Amino acid sequence: MTQATKVYQDARAALDGILKDGMTIMSGGFGLCGIPENLITALRDSGVRGLTVISNNAGVDEWGLGLLLKSKQIAKMVSSYVGENKEFERQYLAGELQLEFNPQGTLAERIRAGGAGIFGFYTRTGAGTLVAEGKEQRVVNGDTYILETGLTADVSLIKAWKGDTEGNLIYRKTARNFNPMMATAGRVTVAEVEHLVQPGELDPDQIHTPGIFVKRIIQGTSYVKAIEQRTVRKRSAA
Amino acid sequence: MAWTRDQLAQRAARELRDGFYVNLGIGIPTLVANYIPSNLKVVLQSENGMLGMGPFPYEGEEDPDLINAGKQTITQLPISSYFSSSDSFGMIRGGHIDLSILGAMEVAENGDLANWMVPGKVVKGMGGAMDLVAGVKKVVVVMEHTSKDGSPKFKPRCELPLTGANVVDMVITDLAVFARPDRKSQFRLIELASGVTADEVRSKTSAAYLAT
Repeated sequence: MTQATKVYQDARAALDGILKDGMTIMSGGFGLCGIPENLITALRDSGVRGLTVISNNAGVDEWGLGLLLKSKQIAKMVSSYVGENKEFERQYLAGELQLEFNPQGTLAERIRAGGAGIFGFYTRTGAGTLVAEGKEQRVVNGDTYILETGLTADVSLIKAWKGDTEGNLIYRKTARNFNPMMATAGRVTVAEVEHLVQPGELDPDQIHTPGIFVKRIIQGTSYVKAIEQRTVRKRSAA
Repeated sequence: MAWTRDQLAQRAARELRDGFYVNLGIGIPTLVANYIPSNLKVVLQSENGMLGMGPFPYEGEEDPDLINAGKQTITQLPISSYFSSSDSFGMIRGGHIDLSILGAMEVAENGDLANWMVPGKVVKGMGGAMDLVAGVKKVVVVMEHTSKDGSPKFKPRCELPLTGANVVDMVITDLAVFARPDRKSQFRLIELASGVTADEVRSKTSAAYLAT
């Protein structure tokens, strides 16, 4: 008898048997920073359709979740900002795509709540705006709060910098963003890492996502790590 | 003479205080970072998960894992820290950020703010703006005094969908500065751009406000 392993050969193998049409997927990243490149490509190649995708952004035309939009596999997006994607705009205006906007912090907290077993929370964010429409409201000490509910997904796709075979993850710089919460909110969380290492190689005090949240993990390959806005400063002349 | 974009940013920078944690929006607010007085310690927060935002990197030193909320490549500082989006908005919503400087399409005389959508036009999303105005201690708006067709942007009430209700503490335009001591008070005209008269401001503003 062999011990259970979380390590899969590649992105395709890691998604095998857990995908179905119409399912809900969480995908980590902010813009193109910290997105699960290998897993998104494998999700596209799987041909699964009618997806609800929860992700802060929707990628750009040729990269990130833009790949799944182009192949029309997404039926609904739950996001806070989708400004960088022309194909998204086209499908939305044509009525081919549903869209639910959440304030960014509300989206982050809904995912955190979902993963932590919390039904919902009251927040001032969005009170008195379109976001509040149809939601329960409470006034406490003169401030209006609206009820926002927790979010979970059938599958969460996560990108981390380092991970071990137990699924412990460490993120790097601002590539962390939505990944840690989404890792907790997927019924099956699949992580791809730039460096897959053996137990003992990561300092337990430095782990951002404990392995209990990660069911499957792969060593990612061929990272592009595209930059949306390359801004630089001149070296001051000597 | 109306203030230029850089002069607007310079004026907004005068709202910075020593020890402040500050979130700057996209556009003119981003320029405020260029005018932080060197005698003040000001820490910039980027809502995608960083405190202690540094300047743009030197060419060739861009790191795709290190961007600001405008998706621009940036650098870290010795004081920097990184955290998740939920921690980031915890500090925003929880009132730990001292000052938010952001742009606007409309501000109402009661402090309502509209800066995220125009009905009938493509909507890109509110991003973190609603969370920022709901949670940050002081909200400063930087905007052109009038829209391109000359109509006032500081008005009796917002016609566009709101980003937040009664959330603005100060309005800095290219013509004037309006401020109020708390969110129960009316705005007062407190400053004019050089060469701009109070009468000119009055004629280009439909919001009610107190005279200087």
